[in-house]
Amino acid sequence: MTDHRALDAAPDGSEAADFALAEAEAELAADLEAIAPRTPRPVPGTSRHRLRPVLGFLTILAAILVVWEGAKLLGGDRLALDGILGLPIRIDHRPPFQWKIANDLSLPHLWTVFNAFFVQDAVGDTLAVRLLWAAFATFRGALVGFALGAGIGLLLAIVLIQVRLLERSLVPLLVASQTVPIVAIAPVIVVGLKAGWFGIALVAGYLTFFPVTIAATRGMRSADPRAFELLRSYAASNRDVLLRLRLPAAAPYLFTAFKIAATASVVGAIVGELPSGTREGLGGAILNAMQYYSIQPGRLWATIIVASLLGIGCFVLVVLAERRALRHYRPDDLGVAA
Amino acid sequence: MQFARRSAVLAAAAMLAAASCSGPAASKGPVSIRLQLQWLPQAQFAGYYAAVEKGFYSDEGLDVKILPGAVDIVPATVVAGGNAEFGISWVPKMLASRENGADVQVIGQVFQRSGTTEIAFKDKGITKPEDWRGKKVGTWGFGNEAELYAAMLKVGIDPANASDVTIVNQDFTMTAFLNGDMDAAQAMTYNEYAQVLESVNPATGKLYTADDLDVISMESAGTAMLQDAIFASEAWLAKSGNEDVAVRFLRASYKGWQYCRDNSADCVDIVLKADAALPKGHQTWMMNEINALIWPSPNGIGMVDQAAWDQTVKIATDGKIITKAVENGFRNDLTEKALTDLGGDTKGAGFQKGVVELTEGGK
Repeated sequence: MTDHRALDAAPDGSEAADFALAEAEAELAADLEAIAPRTPRPVPGTSRHRLRPVLGFLTILAAILVVWEGAKLLGGDRLALDGILGLPIRIDHRPPFQWKIANDLSLPHLWTVFNAFFVQDAVGDTLAVRLLWAAFATFRGALVGFALGAGIGLLLAIVLIQVRLLERSLVPLLVASQTVPIVAIAPVIVVGLKAGWFGIALVAGYLTFFPVTIAATRGMRSADPRAFELLRSYAASNRDVLLRLRLPAAAPYLFTAFKIAATASVVGAIVGELPSGTREGLGGAILNAMQYYSIQPGRLWATIIVASLLGIGCFVLVVLAERRALRHYRPDDLGVAA
Repeated sequence: MQFARRSAVLAAAAMLAAASCSGPAASKGPVSIRLQLQWLPQAQFAGYYAAVEKGFYSDEGLDVKILPGAVDIVPATVVAGGNAEFGISWVPKMLASRENGADVQVIGQVFQRSGTTEIAFKDKGITKPEDWRGKKVGTWGFGNEAELYAAMLKVGIDPANASDVTIVNQDFTMTAFLNGDMDAAQAMTYNEYAQVLESVNPATGKLYTADDLDVISMESAGTAMLQDAIFASEAWLAKSGNEDVAVRFLRASYKGWQYCRDNSADCVDIVLKADAALPKGHQTWMMNEINALIWPSPNGIGMVDQAAWDQTVKIATDGKIITKAVENGFRNDLTEKALTDLGGDTKGAGFQKGVVELTEGGK
């Protein structure tokens, strides 16, 4: 067997070896490009490119709102108004149909939901302010849970990649861990550990690690097989293969998983808050709004809106992080990106 | 050898435990106490919040922390596990936990009456238990159905037989009832009943009124069970000095309830301090109705009435919440001691329910 390191170390052979390396790299790059031609990189930031998704989002939002009020117009409760925004417009509309799903109890008017944000509580805070603070509290649990879950998920993936035997034996267990309903284990974690908001973060982490592990294992195997061969031919250590090839190759997969994990961590934090008895987060706010749903239906919808905004916010944070982390990333650069 | 070492460790642990237990009592500082509620803060628990706020606990040398309940929290498990010294629970639920190994025991029966009712809109014509036959009757389940089922069986309706009656599962809002998904719904006098009266009748555009509803209370049906009670773990009570702590805790708690009977508006504000998001009008209604479940207390607040206890145990056994009658499920001696120096009106014989005007949304 030829020892490559011996060749490198040879006093007069080193230059030749470096030359051979450079040549091999160039050849590999050419080969890779022949298979997968360089993708044209997106031209950054004309304003139209940025506006378009926002416009699309607003259009869909408007469509939902129109369907919402449309359903109420057709099958909701009688609508009697004496004035709109101070204008003396008299409306007395009796919908032609009676649909339970569209009545004021099941589907309150949009303005009922909107107004709920500005209702003051016993100490004079509006619901909007209260929910904002609640969202911060939940975000703390979700963020710590996300960090825990993503870290543990990635570590697990690295272990699974290195020890094949473990992958066979451990993955079924990991899958099983995710089929246990989170509402069933959340009380055990939150109440059993008595760790306060950290227990909530643990529930969030529990929901977060799995997609990261699965995506990272897949991603770390996704690099071009010839890149592996090349590194092996240099007798690269496992550590080098991991850092220079596997992890960079896994990066786009990881960010996809992080996007799933970001929203899951918000769900996990809220589910964790339910049995904790905490009055701080969105979980407590949802419980409260649910208990009084029949008398204040707008309140629960308002709380749901804030919870979804928090989920969207966490998702956007990951997207921004992805753009920044992968701004130099080209799929055909594998092995060089690190 | 193995055994000797283990017992040495146990002895050391016991000494440590003894030292840590006698510590606070010996050093004269306030004793730390945790009270586990069975649900989120609301006027149902006003007496305890008032006892904290008004310093009744600290007057007794107790530093009481109230732990709000939540989804999936079973107070008896928390107390038996040593994570709280006292708990609040409905008696049948506590008995079920006791049968499953939690060594909990009622030491103060705060609510003398059951607040459970089965309500129906007038047009359903359900004015007495017999009228449930053939109707869709709602219940929350989880042990809350026992009073209702007992009332049904009393008039010959078999709740398990679908041709007698259709049992519908209710969530803890009144939405399904208001939507007409069931003919009768379970409702507590202090909560769900008021939620119906705080809702707008879409047919008239005005709030529903008491005249729109027929109410069958479990008290009138003769199948009421004992509800909110203060309980503790027998093992904890057996430790030296803890009975005295329990008497002091009961005395201060009863003082809190006396305060809420005489100053109900103040107590509503105290509860709103615990959770400002609660609708104030609704809490005012709840405070008034809760007072009516406590007062009058014919033998003094907190005393268990043997007949009411026996009825609770019988219905719980018939309803298969517990499998056999319980021994020593309650003790009255601690409450008796607490009542001797409680002072004030301990029976509230002249108590009259106030009139609370309900508003849309319970604001």
